[in-house]
Amino acid sequence: MSEPTPTAVARTLRAALCVAVLAAAVAVPFYLEGFWLQAGLFAMSAAIGAIGINLLTGATGQLSLGHAFFLAVGAYSYVFLSSDLGLPTPLAAVAAVIVAGVSGGLFSPIAGRLKGAYLGIATLALIFVGQHILFNAEPVTGGFNGRPVPPMELFGLVFADTPELVVLNVPFGSLERLWFLGIALLAGAAAFARGVLRGRPGLAMNTIRDHEIAAGVMGVPVARYRAGVFVLSSMYGGLAGVLVALVFQQVVPDYFGMLLSLDYLAMITIGGLGSVAGAVVGAAFVSLLPQLLTRYSDALPLVAEPGSGGVSPAEAARILYGAAVVAVVLFLPGGLAGLAMRLGRVRSKELRWAKSAPAPASRR
Amino acid sequence: MAVFLELLVNGISVGAVYALIALGFVVIFKATEVVNFTHASLLLAGGYAIAWLHPLIGFWAAVAAGIAAAALVGALVEFLILRRAHVGSRGVLAIVTIGVDILLTTELTRRIGTEVLALGDPWGDRVLRIGPVTVAETRVVALAVAAALIVAFLLAFKFTGWGVAMRATAEDAETAALMGVRLGRVSLSAWAVAGALAAVAAMFLCVFPTPGLDRGTAAAAMKAFPAAILGGLDSTTGALAGGLIVGVTETLMSGYQSELAFLGRGIGDAAPFLVMIVILLLRPSGLFGTKEPARV
Repeated sequence: MSEPTPTAVARTLRAALCVAVLAAAVAVPFYLEGFWLQAGLFAMSAAIGAIGINLLTGATGQLSLGHAFFLAVGAYSYVFLSSDLGLPTPLAAVAAVIVAGVSGGLFSPIAGRLKGAYLGIATLALIFVGQHILFNAEPVTGGFNGRPVPPMELFGLVFADTPELVVLNVPFGSLERLWFLGIALLAGAAAFARGVLRGRPGLAMNTIRDHEIAAGVMGVPVARYRAGVFVLSSMYGGLAGVLVALVFQQVVPDYFGMLLSLDYLAMITIGGLGSVAGAVVGAAFVSLLPQLLTRYSDALPLVAEPGSGGVSPAEAARILYGAAVVAVVLFLPGGLAGLAMRLGRVRSKELRWAKSAPAPASRR
Repeated sequence: MAVFLELLVNGISVGAVYALIALGFVVIFKATEVVNFTHASLLLAGGYAIAWLHPLIGFWAAVAAGIAAAALVGALVEFLILRRAHVGSRGVLAIVTIGVDILLTTELTRRIGTEVLALGDPWGDRVLRIGPVTVAETRVVALAVAAALIVAFLLAFKFTGWGVAMRATAEDAETAALMGVRLGRVSLSAWAVAGALAAVAAMFLCVFPTPGLDRGTAAAAMKAFPAAILGGLDSTTGALAGGLIVGVTETLMSGYQSELAFLGRGIGDAAPFLVMIVILLLRPSGLFGTKEPARV
């Protein structure tokens, strides 16, 4: 039997890691309380949205500040289609994602022609016009107070607290049930994005980002690709919106403002531009940080409880990840995902050394 | 008719203030090719400095200090962060400025809190009557100051050594560097000038008829973004035209709000962005922007 090569070792390690993460994810609802489940669900929804915007901004180099708009389109379409038009909820969810994609497509004359940061400013319009519509189209959006979200019902299983359901002596409320839906959606979204990035479309997108003219010369239809990726990323945004609506159980216009869009850009920058893993890691970081700070605000120095005049947890979190964005670009190109990859490379190098010869003295 | 004239004069005055902000934005873009999303927080920093200092040292000194403070913040952002970020694409630099903006805006809005800070300006709520038209004095002053600053800036851009260095850098940074233009100084000065212009704009955005500086001021500053891009990001003329278009549209739409009720409340805030979309659909590089020719 031959010695396992370092790459084989790495592959086994990675597979083992995947299995461990999956097992942990399935076990979570049986052990953790509602607060953590809700925080986790927000992180999952953020991760789906972040994967979408990373396809656009990270992989294709097109900045978008309008991502929150597509989350809003997804969330409100789901509510409107299921409550007002009476579609079955799973169908309404799928249709909501499609509506988000169509609204991204309507923006494509601009999304296809403008590049990079130009598009970033143009997409500001989506936020401001979107907010205007959300506040004013009251019959559809419910105006300032928003609307309640009907729970999802899939093959007879209702994602709500009633009817009661007990699995292995653990009462399964809406959060526990949604947890599994969230994991399934995130896994699917991640797998699809990975496929896009690793295949020909991914190569074309990266070439557009790195050298637009070269991409055109190689036969990549640049404008069509830009518009297409914009549509895809808005569909991811729509899906994230549906999930966040299901978790919140109420959609309000204030949530889908400028700050949310900035959060998404912070996520992908901190996690790592252009990679699926980066988007997920960044989403977890940015969406869990305020929750953690809120939870432990009394135990942390410099963070005051909300309303007591000092730096509130939400503000502290914003300052921290604003600083993290700057620090990552200055010191950690490739973000957290890039850091993990570099650490992994060092490890496999060490493995190689350990196999072939005694390691050099400096490594000991 | 009188109403229309009043709105028009107000719109032009507000537009001139937006043009100041957009001009700074365009100067940074020309000198460094960075789209600067920190601009709204530079403006907020200048306004906050004025509001904080005026009870201590009086209005005019506070304005001078606020302008200096915003210029300093801009220069520091360039010197400490952007200069040290060695990244391949300009898009990533734009994201860095977003990070800085998150930092600054959060801290400043936290300091402002829920209060509305008065700037202690000498004009108060006095109005000028010219025939049937009534205009706030602050608006007249804003128009005059903005026009003077813009003319001074354009002259400097055209005739001083600094302006030549700036334009040479915008044309071709590498050649300019070979000719002895110090790129570091050019971009540092661009950021400082942009900060100073933003502080002046902040002052005029926060005086009568606006109650004062509050956390919403940064959102008002966002309207300078469509102003800059619909005129063309690399064109100073475009910044002026864009500012005026945005200002006039916003004021007219807000003024005739009751006639435009079918568009919903607060249409004035969304109007600049709608105009931007329409113009970008017709001319993707803005009204006065140069189209990048791509030869293969």
